[in-house]
Amino acid sequence: MLNLFTEPVTLSHFLIVGVVLFVSGLVTMATKRNAIGVLMGIELVLNGASLNFIAFANPQLRVDSAMALGLDGHFFTLFVIVLAAAEAAVALAIVLRFYHDHTTVDIEEADELKG
Amino acid sequence: MTPINWHSCFFLLFAFLACFGAVAVALSNQIIRMAFYLIISLASVAGLFFLAGADFVGAVQLMVYVGGTVVLLAFGMMLTGRGPFESFQPLAGQWVLGAVVGGCLLAILIQTAVSVGDWGGTPVTPEPVRLEQISSSGAIGMGLMGARTDQLSEPDPLKREGMSGYLLPFEIVSVHLLVVLIGAAYLARARRKREDA
Repeated sequence: MLNLFTEPVTLSHFLIVGVVLFVSGLVTMATKRNAIGVLMGIELVLNGASLNFIAFANPQLRVDSAMALGLDGHFFTLFVIVLAAAEAAVALAIVLRFYHDHTTVDIEEADELKG
Repeated sequence: MTPINWHSCFFLLFAFLACFGAVAVALSNQIIRMAFYLIISLASVAGLFFLAGADFVGAVQLMVYVGGTVVLLAFGMMLTGRGPFESFQPLAGQWVLGAVVGGCLLAILIQTAVSVGDWGGTPVTPEPVRLEQISSSGAIGMGLMGARTDQLSEPDPLKREGMSGYLLPFEIVSVHLLVVLIGAAYLARARRKREDA
């Protein structure tokens, strides 16, 4: 590993942070029993993807600068952020509905459609 | 002695905070602490956006995510919580499975991220960073209106045609937001209680 206090940051470093965010979000989604906790996992996964888009957009971080996404990466990240906000609103409404009917947000209780 | 690279130092700081927050969200069981760690993680990701030269997107991340979405989640947990420190213990089997799958995925993806040589270095002759490159909000606004002012130097006219802006996705997202707000209000509105409850 480079000595990051003196060396410049590269695309790989951003990607590693994105990977950690993504995997943390995935584990959160898989293990949490609170429905709002699952929502937080989704937010983390989306943030990992956004970070990758932004890192790929910057031509200064990589050797093959001509391959950088440029402003397209920024556009995609903006759309991801907006859609995440919309998704959180709808999912929260569903969670509130579920809480209203079951007086709990434990997703283990949501088994009425179980075959 | 080589001078300290402050850009890299701040990257280390924000990267550590972002990873710490994300891992703490995965490990914590109390929902309100998870929200706090999520705020740390998302705000640090905004810092990473700034460091990667995406000022406008970083500001949007701070305003919409940290200021909007997480507050929405906090209200959700306040409306559904039954005590100040309510916690659901995860099932042991799920936890083991999640840890195994997550660990394998982490190993594979990090291996991939560091294995491409072109991603692990900086340009041999780096372009000097100019002010109009940094402040990208004007170009982003024009792109959402359908004109790519950042791609005017593209020599190939065929490629330039393919780089039309994002007006249609922008409109679709706008209508989508409207539909989502109406749908969320419809779903979450207070109904009369069920008769058998």
